[in-house]
Formats: sequence, C-alpha cells, structure tokens
Amino acid sequence: MKIRREVETQKNELSMTSMIDIVFLLLIFFVMTFKIVEMEGDFSIRMPLAGDGAAADPTDLPLKLRLRADANGSLTSMSLNEINLGTDFDQLRSNVVSLIGTGAPADGEEGPELEIDTDYNLRYAYVIQSITAVSGYKDGDQVVKLIEKIKFSKPRR
Amino acid sequence: MKVKNKKVDLAEGDLTPMIDMTFQLIAFFMVLINFTQTESHEKVVLPSSKLVKPPEAPLEFPIILHVAQDGQIILGGDDYTVDTLPTGLRRELAVIRAEKKSPGDANVIIRAHQDAAAGDVQEIIAVAQEQKLERFALRAKEDRS
Repeated sequence: MKIRREVETQKNELSMTSMIDIVFLLLIFFVMTFKIVEMEGDFSIRMPLAGDGAAADPTDLPLKLRLRADANGSLTSMSLNEINLGTDFDQLRSNVVSLIGTGAPADGEEGPELEIDTDYNLRYAYVIQSITAVSGYKDGDQVVKLIEKIKFSKPRR
Repeated sequence: MKVKNKKVDLAEGDLTPMIDMTFQLIAFFMVLINFTQTESHEKVVLPSSKLVKPPEAPLEFPIILHVAQDGQIILGGDDYTVDTLPTGLRRELAVIRAEKKSPGDANVIIRAHQDAAAGDVQEIIAVAQEQKLERFALRAKEDRS
C-alpha cells in the first residue's frame, strides 16, 4: 500500500482588519438605532355623537363621576353620584364595586356606564387615574373588570 | 559616530476576546432592535396606568392625535388647534372612505401629555364626534410598579 506523505500545512494569516472594521460599523449602527420603547396600552371608549332620535331610558342613566380641580390643575375632590370621595382613587374603586358589584355582565348586556364630568383645567393624568380606578383592578395577575363603558360629558369652559 | 540599528518589535495582541465581545454586543442589539414605526412624540409624556396592556393586534384605521401640554394637537406631523382640527380629520377620513370604510370604523388614538388639560381632550373628542368618529382610545403607558 502506498502511504502518502503528509503535506505540510501552509500557514495562512488572514487579515482581520477589514472584518473588525465592518463589525465595529455594525456595532455603531445598532448602538445608534437602539431605543428603549415603553409599553403602551389603550382605554377604549365608544362615544358616538348623541342622537336626537330616541329618548334615553331614565332607568338606564350612567353613573356620574365629577372631578374638580384647583387653578393649578390639581385634583381637589371627586364625587361619584354625589357621594364625595375626596381625592382617594382607592375609595372611588371601592364605591364603584359597592354600586355595581364585581360580577361580569352577562352575554348581550353591556354593563354599567360611567360619565366623567371634569373641570376644564384638570391635569389629564388624573383623568387616566380615575379611568383606571373605575375600569377594574388587579387581583394577582388577573384583571377584574368593573366599568367598560366610559364617556365624557361636554367640556366645561 | 556609531549609529544603532534599532529593530522595532512588532507585538501582535490577541484580538480574539475583543472580537468575541463585539459579536456578542452586536447580537444583543440585533435582538433588541425595533424597526417598527413608534408612535411616540417628543412633546408628549403619557400618563401611566396599571391596567393598560399593549394591544394584541394593532387597531384598525388608526388616527393618531398627539396632544401637547399646551393643547397643541399634532396629526400626521402637522400642528392643529381645536378649531383647525376638523380639516386634518377630514383629510384622514377621505383616506378611510377611499378604502370603502365609514368613519365609525376608524379608531382615534389620543396620546395626550399627562399635564395637558382634560378639557382639551374633551374638546378633541367633541370635534371628532362631529366628524362621525365614535371609537376612541386613550393611550397611557404601562405602569409595572
């Protein structure tokens, strides 16, 4: 049998410079385009323009949440159906629970409705806080829904 | 005079760990990069809420209104006030109608600054309602604390 002589391996030194250049360019590109995006979500509101056709059923009136503000736009007081709640959003939530219960509306029913009547200059963050309080609460990882139908009254100028 | 012939000693550093590290950094940024068009605006700092969650599917026919702290409204890169907003909304609705959809199918996403006046948001909703828009989404950032 013929035994082949091992061919001497030739040492090739690769030039790394160009690769490192490209790698650094890629790195710079990704660093520059990197942007930390905050997670966002929505409170959905369905608010068709009030029609002048059928009269509203007086037994189906929405809950009324009144938000009052001082000259700086800070919340001074809240009242739910004329029940004064101060500025405590937990109290607002517990009042909503006592008024409507925690049971989900049956299929076909839309559930209770809430109308938010706010002073014009109230900071928007308070409105979102109040919507959060009346929309539900977190029970561990689960969200217990309260009021899903929310609307705004006419702006107070 | 005797001139010394100095031989420069070329020390080759080991580049392997640096290249390893750089590739790991590239992989990290590639995984986290987000090419999707973010809807954010530098003039708007959203209020936070513990209940909001990112939607599973994007809203259909969105009309995004940014509301700055001073009540300035930004729609599609143009500035509007409550009085001029109907013009901008009509332009958006023309696009929606061209796709054979009604204004009721559009979703108005309101991205208002946390310190904006609540009345400004109410006015915007009232103006949009006059244009037969009825679906609104009040955007807030997720509060995980």
